[in-house]
Amino acid sequence: MELNKMTAHELHALLVDKKISAVELTQAVLDRIDRTEESIGAYLHITRDQALESARSIDKKIAAGESLGVLGGIPCAIKDNICTKGITTTCASKILENFVPPYDATVITKLRAEQPIIVGKANMDEFAMGGSTENSGFHVTRNPRDLARVPGGSSGGSAAAVASDEAIFALGSDTGGSIRQPASFCGVVGMKPTYGRVSRYGLVAYASSLDQIGPITKDVTDCAHVLNAIAGHDEMDSTSTAAPVPEYTRALVSDVKGLTIGLPKEYFAAGMDSEVEQSIRAAAKEYEKLGATLKEISLPHTDYAISAYYLIAPAEAATNLERYDGVSYGVRIDGVDVVDMMKNTRTALFGEEVKRRIMIGNYALSAGYYDAYYLKALKVRTLIQNDFVEAFKTVDVILAPTAPTPAFKIGEMIEDPLKMYLQDICTVPLNLAGLPGISIPCGETSTGLPIGFQLIGRALDEETLIRAAFTFEHERS
Amino acid sequence: MKVTQKDLDTVASLSRLRIDGSERSGVLEQLDKFLTYVENLEQLDTSKVEPTTYALPMKNVFRADVVKPSLERELALSNAPLKEDGYFKVPRVLEEM
Repeated sequence: MELNKMTAHELHALLVDKKISAVELTQAVLDRIDRTEESIGAYLHITRDQALESARSIDKKIAAGESLGVLGGIPCAIKDNICTKGITTTCASKILENFVPPYDATVITKLRAEQPIIVGKANMDEFAMGGSTENSGFHVTRNPRDLARVPGGSSGGSAAAVASDEAIFALGSDTGGSIRQPASFCGVVGMKPTYGRVSRYGLVAYASSLDQIGPITKDVTDCAHVLNAIAGHDEMDSTSTAAPVPEYTRALVSDVKGLTIGLPKEYFAAGMDSEVEQSIRAAAKEYEKLGATLKEISLPHTDYAISAYYLIAPAEAATNLERYDGVSYGVRIDGVDVVDMMKNTRTALFGEEVKRRIMIGNYALSAGYYDAYYLKALKVRTLIQNDFVEAFKTVDVILAPTAPTPAFKIGEMIEDPLKMYLQDICTVPLNLAGLPGISIPCGETSTGLPIGFQLIGRALDEETLIRAAFTFEHERS
Repeated sequence: MKVTQKDLDTVASLSRLRIDGSERSGVLEQLDKFLTYVENLEQLDTSKVEPTTYALPMKNVFRADVVKPSLERELALSNAPLKEDGYFKVPRVLEEM
């Protein structure tokens, strides 16, 4: 029995039956990290001692007969842009290399109430800008299914940790696909909840109107459990919604009879890998066999989503990243006066992609260009959102590829930023519209690379996504 | 080229970044390629469309104006590159009179 390969809900049963201890489980995950981390590079920081100490305290609680939540004693990885009190949080940027948050993000406070074991902070593209984790300021992460390929990004470390059994589950963040695309590339489950469903307090801001934290897990059941733990209103984040949080595990039902599933023709466009397309169409057929109705739909403004996204997100990033100026935290490189110091610090310590997006953002926001770029993008955002409003009048859920291709090779796209941006075509529209999406594995290519499909739901309807994803997973196993 | 050398200087200055010598042509080229791509937005007539800044319809989120405990000063300063007497310390901002 390899404990590190199991899911949280399976391990929970073993923990409460006292068949295993939390220390044994944590040690199994740490041993796995010792064996594979050198080739994968999923983590930036491993909290070995704290993890074992928490595991010992969980074991005492179990021995004392205290009740244990499903995530209690379960080893997990946290993306390194989520603040963890007393644990270095770098966003994979050299500018925050020494940053130790004095407080926990709300998701961490909520998660700690369930007492999982944090084993480390996961690698990512610097400040979550990228789709391959190659933009990390520290090291690349390799795809556990093929070490020559990227794990996706920006939550590539989180997805690779779960896929390589170096963590049982992980938290990631998704601004334009950064949970779903790496989940798809690594063959695991990843969900971006509805904008506002999960508090962003303590998530280092990239693009505040698009960012959302979500689970990366080995199966849909674990996804529901993690979402239960982190969802809900938070007075520290005024954009978090006060809508009641359902018990997501009640949606773990294998039944899609009567469900109408939309297939957006624009998402199956030219440039899509043929094996990916076959696999996703086969998944759709599977749903039909299980009693769902398929319907071809159109989301006519899809072609404009990349342009809108790559103007809005950098504009917000340019503003959010002004705070890295060498004054209140992070690393400083001195200069003759304060502006010189700021320029020295930012020029030397931000990576290429971060600088590019800051400059695109400032360009789009600057006098003379604001209306043509930023404001135009916000208006197109409305059109993209309206496409979904129309579509959801006739369908309950939308099925689409998560990414147009399987995982690409390390180095293949890094020289061509625009080509890399175009990879995000299937994921960014949801962030612009604020909608929830889940990526689940549906097959592999002839060379063994994972393929995932994405289910898109109405705002705050994560339950339908969980039910439909669970049904597919259940019928396959 | 949509972006001039002068645009690049302005945007780098707004961004508190230095783009020097050998980097300039590459950065210009990439910015230009990007701005050419996003021109596709011009195909859409948005004269009657309202902008969306946040996806969820929310406005005026109020809360009671009550004083609550906040981070202790020492903790708030714990990550400062340089501090003195309970303040962040930075290089000279104003010229000597």
